[in-house]
Amino acid sequence: MFDTLTDRLSGTLRGLRGRGRMRPADVDEALAEIRLALLEADVNVGVVRRFVDRVRERSIGGEVTASLTPGQQVTKIVNDELVEILGGSPLDFQFAPRPPTVVMLAGLQGSGKTTAAAKLAQWCKSQGRNPLLVGADLQRPAAVEQLRTLARGIDVEVWSEPGDPVACAAGGLAHARQTGRDVLIVDTAGRLAIDVELMGEVARISDAVEPHYTLLIVDSMVGQDAVATAEAFHATLEVDGIILTKLDGDARGGAALSVAEVVGRPVAFASVGEKVDDFEQFHPDRMASRILGMGDVMTLIEKAEAVYEQEEAEAAAQRLAEGTFTLDDFVDQLRQLRKMGNLQSIVQMMPGISDQVRNADIDDDRITTAEAIVLSMTPAERVSPEIIDASRRARIAAGSGTSSAQVGNLLKQFTQMRKMMGGMMGLGSKRRPASRKAGRKRGKGPTRPAGSSRTGGGRTSSKGGPSSGKLGTKPDGGGIDWEALDLKLPGR
Amino acid sequence: MATQTPPDGAAERAGGPAETGPLRPAATFASGLASSRRTLRDRLASIRGRRPDGATWESLEEALLGADVGVATTMATLERLRSTADDQDIVDADELVHELADQMRAALDADRSLHVSAPDRKGATPVWLFVGVNGVGKTTTIGKVGARLSAEGQVVVMAAGDTFRAAATSQLQTWADRCGADLISGSAGADPSSVVHDAVSAAAARGADVVLADTAGRLQNRKNLMDELAKVRRVADREPGAVVETLLVIDATTGQNGLSQARAFAEATDVTGVVLTKLDGSAKGGIVFAIEAELGLRVKLVGLGEGANDLVDFDPDSYVDALLGADPDAGVPASHSPEQARPGD
Repeated sequence: MFDTLTDRLSGTLRGLRGRGRMRPADVDEALAEIRLALLEADVNVGVVRRFVDRVRERSIGGEVTASLTPGQQVTKIVNDELVEILGGSPLDFQFAPRPPTVVMLAGLQGSGKTTAAAKLAQWCKSQGRNPLLVGADLQRPAAVEQLRTLARGIDVEVWSEPGDPVACAAGGLAHARQTGRDVLIVDTAGRLAIDVELMGEVARISDAVEPHYTLLIVDSMVGQDAVATAEAFHATLEVDGIILTKLDGDARGGAALSVAEVVGRPVAFASVGEKVDDFEQFHPDRMASRILGMGDVMTLIEKAEAVYEQEEAEAAAQRLAEGTFTLDDFVDQLRQLRKMGNLQSIVQMMPGISDQVRNADIDDDRITTAEAIVLSMTPAERVSPEIIDASRRARIAAGSGTSSAQVGNLLKQFTQMRKMMGGMMGLGSKRRPASRKAGRKRGKGPTRPAGSSRTGGGRTSSKGGPSSGKLGTKPDGGGIDWEALDLKLPGR
Repeated sequence: MATQTPPDGAAERAGGPAETGPLRPAATFASGLASSRRTLRDRLASIRGRRPDGATWESLEEALLGADVGVATTMATLERLRSTADDQDIVDADELVHELADQMRAALDADRSLHVSAPDRKGATPVWLFVGVNGVGKTTTIGKVGARLSAEGQVVVMAAGDTFRAAATSQLQTWADRCGADLISGSAGADPSSVVHDAVSAAAARGADVVLADTAGRLQNRKNLMDELAKVRRVADREPGAVVETLLVIDATTGQNGLSQARAFAEATDVTGVVLTKLDGSAKGGIVFAIEAELGLRVKLVGLGEGANDLVDFDPDSYVDALLGADPDAGVPASHSPEQARPGD
């Protein structure tokens, strides 16, 4: 279902691209698809309505940017809106000047409060703090025991006393002061937002410990009801931020958007696995793309742009166009690629990548290997690889700790690549002023050698193999198989 | 440092003092859903008694989407309704809502009986296996099912097959103590298959009527964990046991991911039915329409609270009525819940 959705959405937006200006009908067509995408991602129906209205207003109302096509513009507006809601004003988690910093967790049953409490404690420890956990969930059988077991694993003390959760929490605060703990994390019982009695109780707990931060725990699998729940908790407790749990599942997590929108507070942390360390500060941009089912294209592009210095790119593009692209340039590109971050995380950001690939074990070693091979060459060899004969190859293999076959393989790929790119750049220069080449290069250069042909089409592109990417469309001589190139990301 | 006492407050608060009646009347079911129906009824109220127009259809669509019925199912449902409305020339919005309720009820018309014995495997000890993602209420459901079967006079053995989550066994122990069932458990981190197998063997030796096997919650995209679960089921189905029900527990607050859950768990464990939990909140659990239609999995039980008695048979009529508020006065006591904030705006 998700793939189809991705197709549909990017198809619509692709249709929009290439037109001079935005017409209301175009925008509406794209927004109809975006509405469905959001609904399928479990964003609340009312939130979707308001969201779409806002985007329509901004899209049709103007904000015409010279450098973007209409499709890109709608996507950008949608993306900006999503990021704005999800984390526009990120929670600046500050430890209180007068400890302990009190954090209270609240939410529905089964949303993952107890686990999140332990994970947050571990996170605080990693920040050099000395937290105390309070088990104030006296309702669910064995909840405190669960907390104790988790806490033992991370060497954090748990305070709890039977009877009244309010007294228990207050006791925990006193204990934290006595023992010099600088963070107090209060786990509370799960409760339904409509349960008047229990909502009153959680309000009293809050009054007793006066938390610096009240965090609402939201299960990323939750549907439409997220809004009702969030509103009720916010009305009772004044929520400061959200912890999104079970994000390692395959739910699209539209609830995050619903909750952030109605509460007006950002998602602060995300729980991304069963281990205590699987807990991180939240990335609104990644979530925006996940909700839309687009992959994290925007981040990918921005990362690429930021990392790949313009001058380098222009110079490389120039050499490409002249057919004098050297192995030095090649290695340079690989390094740029690596600067963008862990390859696995890059692949995760790409749209339209199947789960199989997404979950494949990708290591950065192959880039290192290629780098080692090139660095074992003489400057002359790097500029003119055709001079490399069998004996040079053996020397390079020995120097780089590889085999002659691997060296030969790399050279073959490089030659093909240079031929292809030279041809393409030549083609491009007929249509475009020279200055544009650098621009194209900048956006795509770093990602291309990584076999990221799937991102080739630009910001909104997704899915589709090489055919969707301009660079891959009609390679000179045709038929270079990016997938087969050994230098492509392993795991493809 | 103090330790915890078994929390009895929950049962008293939610279910009243325990007379362990196996089944509660449909009125209770409806009242549990009362909080759900309010918002939907409010929404539908605006279209009643008027000629259906574009806004009518929009309200219906938002009502269904807002109940987590999902885009595809909502579109298909309304498409069908639209053609009926054309054929029968329905010109009144009230009538339209009634027709919608009828069609939704018809979609849920199916056999929902629970099996307590294995007819083709005489003498085998029947096993009910409970599966689902994390936090949906598997352990609590087992506690409630145990209370119900015990009250019917069955000898129940519980298997603490969740060896992963901290203190899951203690939680189940509390429930076992409440209803007088025996609990068989292994050590933390033990192989869940062997724990379940031990429980089945022990139950067979004691001549117990049924084994209720808990499993650790797992996200359905974790292949190795799903394989592990498939193994638990295979082992439980081995002599002297026979798996007669594999019940997928789904949280009513779950959105569209519920379908993905149902699909994956059905594939791994041959699910025989669904338990829809936490329906006493404001969530409506509309994803079950898609689960029923696409996968043929039937909702058999419904969880309506944390008390031992808060588990009832799924009743499609009450469910649809409550969901749509189609018959607002049908035996529903006035809700004591506060006015729910309306989803949306």
